[in-house]
Amino acid sequence: MTEHFEPEIAHSNNAARLEFRNVSMTFPDGTEALKEVSFSVAAGEFVTIVGPSGCGKSTLLRVASGLTTHSNGECMSDRKSLGYVFQDATLLPWRTVQRNVELNAELQGVPEAERRERARQAIDLVGLTGNEKKYPKQLSGGMKMRTSLARSLVMKPSVFMFDEPFGALDEISRERLQDELLRIFDHEGFAGLFITHSVPEAVFLSTRVLCMSARPGRIIADFSIPWEYPRQHDIRYSPEFAEMCGKVSESLREAHA
Amino acid sequence: MSTQTKLLKTYAPPLATFGAFIGVWYAVHYFILSENRKFIVPPPHAVIDNSFLNGIARSELAEGLVNTGRIALFGFLIASVLALFGSVLMAGNRMIERALFPYAVALQTVPILALVPLFSVWFGPTRTARIVTCVLVAIFPILTSFLFGLKSVDSGHQDLFTLNNVSRTTRFRKLLFPAALPSIFTGLRIGAGLCVIGALVADFFFSRGDLGLGRLLNNYAKRLEYEKLFGGVILASALGVAIYILIGWIANRSLRDWHESEARSA
Repeated sequence: MTEHFEPEIAHSNNAARLEFRNVSMTFPDGTEALKEVSFSVAAGEFVTIVGPSGCGKSTLLRVASGLTTHSNGECMSDRKSLGYVFQDATLLPWRTVQRNVELNAELQGVPEAERRERARQAIDLVGLTGNEKKYPKQLSGGMKMRTSLARSLVMKPSVFMFDEPFGALDEISRERLQDELLRIFDHEGFAGLFITHSVPEAVFLSTRVLCMSARPGRIIADFSIPWEYPRQHDIRYSPEFAEMCGKVSESLREAHA
Repeated sequence: MSTQTKLLKTYAPPLATFGAFIGVWYAVHYFILSENRKFIVPPPHAVIDNSFLNGIARSELAEGLVNTGRIALFGFLIASVLALFGSVLMAGNRMIERALFPYAVALQTVPILALVPLFSVWFGPTRTARIVTCVLVAIFPILTSFLFGLKSVDSGHQDLFTLNNVSRTTRFRKLLFPAALPSIFTGLRIGAGLCVIGALVADFFFSRGDLGLGRLLNNYAKRLEYEKLFGGVILASALGVAIYILIGWIANRSLRDWHESEARSA
């Protein structure tokens, strides 16, 4: 466990864990969702794609994870070790927190004793210890999302994708979960690909922010976010933070005028 | 609240309703019907005397109950198993669903009871004919509930399983089946009631073969033995209620931890 995560070190094995080369995607009805999207995410990078609803961000993530196939171009990713957090927590209501967290490991054939131990660690990492026996309907929205995070963490993914996971949460839970996610990212060092329509969320979490145009989605701007990890929650109130958010917003504004 | 008050609050209202019902029953007999028509609604104690305490009627009714109950139960089991296979097949393959589902819906509107005389021609007044009647009466509502459950699985959950590259059997065992369980129990409850109706009606049509409750009811009505007729009606109802409660209990055991429909009230 490294106390201070240093992007340079992670970049030194800078083999991209996820790479898009001129990926286009057209739905059967002729709607163009993505047009010639190219970018890559390396280990220790946390890339966020930001854009308004309906611009094709979720489609991009579905293509990246293999849930949808793209029409043109190349999409390379390590699908054997993939974490994916959905917009909803997608917990199985008939399973307890413990058994939900074990699910991915169970489906991938991790032996029972080992997956139980890994689940225990993941539950601890997301701060849900003591809630193992609860059913999803007894959890708050934030706790459900933590359970969902833990479920993916159990597999120690090398690529971790997030499809607007905090969109449905209240502002307070949302900020707290952002803090926790950064702590986990710092701890695990995966390659992160995050989708959101919230500019401050994108800036706070990422090493890089990519802006997406309206449909058909293209990458129209690429911002490096300089602050080191672990980031303190109060950088949100700094002038530099506001300035960075302003730049990102401005480029989105131009693209969606 | 003490346990006693809690019990009182739970059981007093339905017991009061039951008491009122018995009261109305007596009132109809003693105060409303004229002297020469009182026999059409015999009072409760006469019903108990003549059908449950009278040795001959009691053994007759018991035999009928066992036979009808057995037919209903067999019919129910066969209908449920066939419905499960059918719904899994249809949920798993769109072509099979397209080929079969319209008929499953259409057959629900066919008055199966009109076919019972045909079954008696084909199979004779046998248990087979009775079971076939039961199965046909019950299977389509069960099947549609099952299929509805299997097809209403959340698409996010489906994606989650897809990302884990699971086999079809694993997807069925760990996702489709548990997700469909509430609908499956709804189907089973409807089916259980229908099977009792199917068994009774089949009895009605057959004057030979095993003696069932349906034929007894028919006989008592013809012979104007209204005390026994009431006894038979009570037993037939009790059979339906018993199966319903049994399934309700199993549903509650399996769903109460996670599904709203069976949630324990705090």
